[in-house]
Amino acid sequence: MGSQAPAAAGGGQTQRTQYPYVTGTSVIALKYKDGVIMACDTGASYGSTLRYKSVERIKAVGKHSLIGASGEFSDFQEILRYLDELTLSDHMWDDGNSLGPKEIHSYLTRVMYNRRNKFDPLWNSLVLGGVKKGPKGDEKYLGMVNMIGTHFEENHIATGFGNHLAIPILRAEWREDMTFEEAVKLVEKCLLVLLYRDRSSINKFQIAKITTEGSTIYPPYSLKTYWGFSHFENPAQGAVGSW
Amino acid sequence: MFRNQYDTDVTTWSPQGRLFQVEYAMEAVKQGSACVGLRSRTHAVLAAANKPASELSSYQRKVFRVAEHAGVALAGLTADGRVLSRFLRNECINHSFVYEAPLPVSRLALKLADKAQVCTQRSWKRPYGVGLLVAGLDETGAHLYYNCPSGNYFEYQAFAIGSRSQAAKTFLERRFEGYNDYTPEQLIKDALSAIKETLQAEKLTSSNCTVAIVGRKDDGTIEPFEMIDAKRIQEIIDSMEVAEEAPAEPSSMQEEERGSDAAPMDI
Repeated sequence: MGSQAPAAAGGGQTQRTQYPYVTGTSVIALKYKDGVIMACDTGASYGSTLRYKSVERIKAVGKHSLIGASGEFSDFQEILRYLDELTLSDHMWDDGNSLGPKEIHSYLTRVMYNRRNKFDPLWNSLVLGGVKKGPKGDEKYLGMVNMIGTHFEENHIATGFGNHLAIPILRAEWREDMTFEEAVKLVEKCLLVLLYRDRSSINKFQIAKITTEGSTIYPPYSLKTYWGFSHFENPAQGAVGSW
Repeated sequence: MFRNQYDTDVTTWSPQGRLFQVEYAMEAVKQGSACVGLRSRTHAVLAAANKPASELSSYQRKVFRVAEHAGVALAGLTADGRVLSRFLRNECINHSFVYEAPLPVSRLALKLADKAQVCTQRSWKRPYGVGLLVAGLDETGAHLYYNCPSGNYFEYQAFAIGSRSQAAKTFLERRFEGYNDYTPEQLIKDALSAIKETLQAEKLTSSNCTVAIVGRKDDGTIEPFEMIDAKRIQEIIDSMEVAEEAPAEPSSMQEEERGSDAAPMDI
């Protein structure tokens, strides 16, 4: 889906044509008992080539949040720089207040929507999750915002192919107050489906979690896949040939 | 304070290291009619004495809602106060637009103080002639700040500004240590009593005072910043007169407040 801003729009001497070049695929996230869990693979594709295989697409933001991104990786790096400035100036107030996940999500929504209106989008789908102490106890937050500025909050989020392959699973099997182990199992179930069916995914994943204690991004690992289906044996068996 | 050769403009220091224009601006605050503020852990109350300019006129508004979670009471040049209230409202709205969250009160007070400071360091400006009590609620609890024309600001448990505010401060000094655990009703009563001290001869009625409160109830729901209506104020005043005010226990603790007579740079 390329976009070419016509010269007449938005006071443009310059034309902004944007296609994504180096892209990450799905990110999935869900709320569980102690906080939010987020996972994605560590791959970045260059068109149809699986070019980079050790890319971290989930990062911690401040004390209370995690951000995961799919889409153009350089735009994600730019967003991380914005968030760096934001968390730094928040820290510099030095007054006991700190930006929670909801505030960061709102901020990113403003940025993404603004860029879209200038026909110069940041080509990403961002997942923002976190936990912050509120007056009613620990409040878990999970939301997403995409390149056109659409944003919402939910108990489980997926981007890219995850929308089609993971969300149905999450809708069927997500429950309130899952333990960390149960949440990991559910996440791995989704990641496995994505591995089988999304051609831009690779078998190297990172899971991250955020709780009131802080964020943890676990080292990458692989899932076991199974290819021994009888239909995969002797694939040419039923094929019609002309010679 | 007498006229001298160093008080013509705000960017002239006196040999003693004072900025007379700023001090004169603080005098303007002392001439305004009284305001008091007090807070507990969860609620903050502002009260103002309503003094009409003449018998024919109405009184000037001194308590303004700045956002759902914050408000100000001012003393001094109320026109300056109106303009600053507009500034504060704008800052709160801008923050809410980007972050969908209330601007923390300490940051609001800081922005106001920085704005006031600018006017103490430009030769073509004059200091704002108004002192503001900024009260609000954020995630760290209820807060009360006093912003003065010098650009300084302090956090208070309780404070009073304006004419005859010393009487109110004396009253508050005796009782402020218990305020953290006060209920909202107790805070309102003490605010009214403090205002009563500044009225001296006049009787306290709901028509010569304004009271506003903001806070968070025990169950977590927010009570937004709102003026209390006159009828309810009169009820509280009546109940105060019926009940015998128990003599307050003298406190020997240090003052949390700074006397408003100190030169502003004495920090």
